[in-house]
Amino acid sequence: MARILSILVGLFFTVALAWSFGKGAYQEITEPAAVTAEHEFHLPPKEVHFASDGAFGKFDKQQLQRGFQVYKEVCSACHSLSHVAFRDLAQLGYSEAQVKAIAAGFQVPGTDPNTGEANSRPGMPTDYFPKPFANDIAARAANNNAIPPDLSLMTKARHEGPAYVYSLLTGYQAQPAELLKQFPDAKTPNGLHYNPYFANLNLAMPPPLTSEGQVQYGPGNPKPTVDQMAKDVSAFLIWTAEPKLEKRKQTGFAVTLFLLFATILGYMSYRNIWHDKKH
Amino acid sequence: MSFPWAKEYKPTHPFMQWMDEKLPVPRLVYNAVGSGYPVPRNLNYFWNFGFLALICLTIQIVTGIIMAMHYAANTAVAFDTIEMTVRDVNWGWLMRYAHANGASAFFVVIYVHIFRGFYYGSYKAPREMVWLLGVVIFLLMMATGFLGYVLPWGQMSFWGAKVITGLFSAIPLVGEPLQQWLLGGFAPDNAALNRFFSLHYLLPFVIVGVVVLHIWALHIPGSSNPTGVEVKTESDTVPFYPYFVAKDGWAVGVFAILFSIMLFYFPNALGHPDNYIPANPMSTPAHIVPEWYFWPFYAILRAFTQDFFFIPAKLMGVMAMFGAILVWFFLPWLDKSPVRSGNYRPLYRKFFWFGLIPAMLVLFYCGGAPAAEPYVMISQIAALYYFAHFLIIIPVVSAIEKPLPLPYSISESVLGHDEGAQLRPAHGATEANLA
Repeated sequence: MARILSILVGLFFTVALAWSFGKGAYQEITEPAAVTAEHEFHLPPKEVHFASDGAFGKFDKQQLQRGFQVYKEVCSACHSLSHVAFRDLAQLGYSEAQVKAIAAGFQVPGTDPNTGEANSRPGMPTDYFPKPFANDIAARAANNNAIPPDLSLMTKARHEGPAYVYSLLTGYQAQPAELLKQFPDAKTPNGLHYNPYFANLNLAMPPPLTSEGQVQYGPGNPKPTVDQMAKDVSAFLIWTAEPKLEKRKQTGFAVTLFLLFATILGYMSYRNIWHDKKH
Repeated sequence: MSFPWAKEYKPTHPFMQWMDEKLPVPRLVYNAVGSGYPVPRNLNYFWNFGFLALICLTIQIVTGIIMAMHYAANTAVAFDTIEMTVRDVNWGWLMRYAHANGASAFFVVIYVHIFRGFYYGSYKAPREMVWLLGVVIFLLMMATGFLGYVLPWGQMSFWGAKVITGLFSAIPLVGEPLQQWLLGGFAPDNAALNRFFSLHYLLPFVIVGVVVLHIWALHIPGSSNPTGVEVKTESDTVPFYPYFVAKDGWAVGVFAILFSIMLFYFPNALGHPDNYIPANPMSTPAHIVPEWYFWPFYAILRAFTQDFFFIPAKLMGVMAMFGAILVWFFLPWLDKSPVRSGNYRPLYRKFFWFGLIPAMLVLFYCGGAPAAEPYVMISQIAALYYFAHFLIIIPVVSAIEKPLPLPYSISESVLGHDEGAQLRPAHGATEANLA
């Protein structure tokens, strides 16, 4: 009885699935899904390497400082960095005085101590990076109806994040003629910018890094080409997304080594205890 | 319970004797995981996963309690409190990654544990209750995992919660009011986040309770073993301590190494990048996918794309998704084969390795893939096999299969001979030599 019932229930589900499969397959054959421009022209991120890659990867502090400079002079005009405080910059190798000076260079929201009215004051190391726009409406109004996303976690919030950021910054180009030939309706709308590394190919952000020397690096640093600046700011964003990356990898090495040792001891005691027991 | 030859706890120290009279906790431990619990000597490494699951549960509870100390279940700050924990709390990053990857490790271990049960027929009499409680634990784990994934209040948290609670709206008549009642609103919001946190903190302790019952029920007939032949004499067993403590111990070491590599070097590999974007009800992600451990069942849900007679496709999908797990409850009564172990069931073994395992892997893959062709059609075939396997193939195979001859005893299978063997069946398996 139980088996007959079971087979009936089984038939119910399998027949329903076969029905779904049959109708789906028929639809696939008669009217195959249209190919989209995104499907044909979207590219995976470029291959790029950073000092922090790999099991023993460490941040290149000099590069992080350059990346911070790019963020400060270019990106911060539109993008916030809300999870990072000025005090965190000490990890990039800045001295206490330098951190204070950097913080003081930013205006953060404050309160007038006499009137209680909202005003702004120079930042302190304990403050977080200020937002460039008062709210989302202001952000949309200034950016062709797109909100510039917060960058603190950007390299963890996209697949292959660091390579994605680098590819996006260096990937702006004219829309390929072939794309327009194949998809005449997919012309990049006015005010948007074609970039094959962006999911839907058209991006509201204009190319932020356009010319060599846009950011002036101090002596002893590589030439600030667009490629170099894009790499540096990507490295900086790896740090903002995961400031504990170095500590994580170092801890991991010690822990794994210890566990390896303990496991070998565990295996030896297992062999010892079982040596006269066939199993 | 126990076998007559189980060692008895005899405390020698006066304090332990005093303790044994007043509150015999040491006796309980001795009989549960000490020398007082005889275990079949032939258990293979698949039998370590029960103990590993217990380790995972412990990791989750310890790291979870610490995470809760720094977390605030409020949609305005939930995302930020987790970032704060990772950035500013001492070892907060370790707790967070250990908790997120610990959930994945727990499910890896539990899937191996469950499929061990499928292959070796661990669900069969006299261990039906162990199996039923195990399925309850799995359901509780899935609920806990889902609730926990909502707490960081990232994009996948929000949209996952919306999709999963939306499943309830497929129930005729009461569906929509039920969904609103569960969420405390029309969409996931502060009320939902608060109750999800409350339940996410509660359910692990319910799991602990059911685990105690699971182990209790196991200790009545004792552990099963790879031959599926029940324990007959003392020579078939070894005491849990020291033999299986040593074996579990080094298995934990191997598990811990693999877990550390995941945790320290690939901590975000199993998560979805979108969950590092704060929840935004106005922006739908391109692909909404749950955590990887739900993928097979998510694939089954999405495989039902057509209405079936008067039943809407969505309702069919929801029934199938829950049915796919609920069918496990009936397994002890669907599989009537007197032989437990797949080692001695040539036909069942073929369907296991060439049917169930590939179907499950395909469902895993398709559940994480976009809801587009060819993934939907592939998952439909795999889901079809899944239901056929449990509801049609297993009952039929158990009726028609001719099992291979079983060893007389565990000792015989291990040593090649058994001194105690007297009435050897001439050939083939019978009910008698399973008793």
